[in-house]
Amino acid sequence: MRMVESRATLTVSYIVLGIGAFIALFPIALLVLNALKPAAQIVQSPLSLPNPIRWENFTNAWTHAKFSKTFVNSLLLSGTTIVLVCTTCSLSAYVLARKKVASWKIWTFYLLATTTAPIQLYIFPLYFGFAKLGLINNVFGVALIYTALYSPFAVMLLRTYFIAVPKELEEAALIDGATSWQVFSKVMLPIVSPGILTVALIIGLNSWNEFLIATTFLQKADKVTAVIGFYLLSGQYSSDWGEIMAAALIIVVPVVVLFVAMQKRFIEGMAGGSVKG
Amino acid sequence: MHRLYLVPTLIINFVIVLVPALLTVVLAFCNWDGISTPTFSGLDNFRALLADSVFWSALTNNIIWTGIFLVVPIAMGLLAASMLLIVRRGSNFFQVVYFLPVVIATVITARVWQGMIYSPVTGVFGMLDRMGLPVANPLAQPSTALFGVATVDLWHWWGFLCVIFFAALRQVPQEQIEAARIEGASYGQMMRYVLLPAIRPTIMLMMIMTVIWSFLAFDFVYILTQGGPAFSSEVLSTLAYRHAFYDLNVGQAAAAALVISLFGLVGTFFYVRLQTQEGEQ
Repeated sequence: MRMVESRATLTVSYIVLGIGAFIALFPIALLVLNALKPAAQIVQSPLSLPNPIRWENFTNAWTHAKFSKTFVNSLLLSGTTIVLVCTTCSLSAYVLARKKVASWKIWTFYLLATTTAPIQLYIFPLYFGFAKLGLINNVFGVALIYTALYSPFAVMLLRTYFIAVPKELEEAALIDGATSWQVFSKVMLPIVSPGILTVALIIGLNSWNEFLIATTFLQKADKVTAVIGFYLLSGQYSSDWGEIMAAALIIVVPVVVLFVAMQKRFIEGMAGGSVKG
Repeated sequence: MHRLYLVPTLIINFVIVLVPALLTVVLAFCNWDGISTPTFSGLDNFRALLADSVFWSALTNNIIWTGIFLVVPIAMGLLAASMLLIVRRGSNFFQVVYFLPVVIATVITARVWQGMIYSPVTGVFGMLDRMGLPVANPLAQPSTALFGVATVDLWHWWGFLCVIFFAALRQVPQEQIEAARIEGASYGQMMRYVLLPAIRPTIMLMMIMTVIWSFLAFDFVYILTQGGPAFSSEVLSTLAYRHAFYDLNVGQAAAAALVISLFGLVGTFFYVRLQTQEGEQ
């Protein structure tokens, strides 16, 4: 928008936005600040600058939250979920976007409805079923649950990318004698790959951060995710807030770095399903 | 042939979501501890639920929660988004900052607020208290616990709405805004007559999602207060969870889950209607 605003309007706007930024950043600043302090200094004041900086918080947090195990679990879980969601959902999103099956309306409708299905509606039988099958404490079992949980969102988002591809491209490939599988894998997939990357980022973030399912289905201390490792550390094993904040920082930093580096994709993807032009 | 493309998604969905969801419906009418064979018990679970005062306070809390989230974060999001539209310069920076709380894991957000802000020993509240400003830990009082938890969720949530509203506002036709400005519209008039009507579908969608999500609120309540003190911050999802995994009364948990789903279903109906309408345009 090319609006020439008066100085006063601009000043007021920046003040409001600044207050918003302060609200968003204040707890994050506390997190960073206190991760560097010994517990005694935090009790004196959570707002004071660390003096001296206590780097041991990070090594203690790393061992006590069993991060060398739980980070691997988190990576395995997020990675498996990303692969499962991206493969299965690009297939179904393509078929639904191009109306390749007569029942496309029913399935689109069904998946839309399951986007909003409460976890509580299926978690209880699922838990006892998983327990019977010995799938508790199995990250791949949890990856399967995440896949079901995030698929409807992924299908809906990918569908919009497939719809945007001009039909002529597909038709041209078919005339050239490509099989329908070749049309999908050689023509469509490369074009929608930005969409797949966006889905992968958002699904990865969600699986990395997820709490309810992870805490229910992963119970052994060496099978949990990094986030649950942090939950156990802060709830049971430690009351040293310097160490707890250091553990939090270790989990948050990779996420924030990735988010800032890929902000356009994250925001576009998250808003993609919600903004109608 | 193309039908096969749908199979993996649907199989996973049926096994993880549909079949267990149907089982939940059945279990709501059964007595089951999770181990022995379930026995049919008719409407007993629902009767027990309705007779339980905690269920009613949990339901009330969910309704209060919905009310808070329909107003506060949406208002904050709209205000900030419209300011982003005005300033233009730096809007990307503010957008990223506002979105940061959204990408931080709920457990971490909860612990930062609990230990660094609310805590009377290690938090900012405790420090203010020692300086003579009488502020108490809201999570420790039955009258304020729910609001203490809601504040944390608000902090985590409003930036998401701001970013979505900003994306919608940027698509409002330039001419409409220019015309209103030439007419000398104030900020309030601009919002009321131009911007808000233009992004009405997005606001509606976010309000429907807010209602659905409000009845699913779990993480922050469970981590911060476990529904306490004295069940004062209990919501339906933590109540159901407690019944299933602490009391091993799965039947009653399933009944509570059905109540949650009922509210979700109303929201889902409007959500699907809105989404398919948009899709057909």
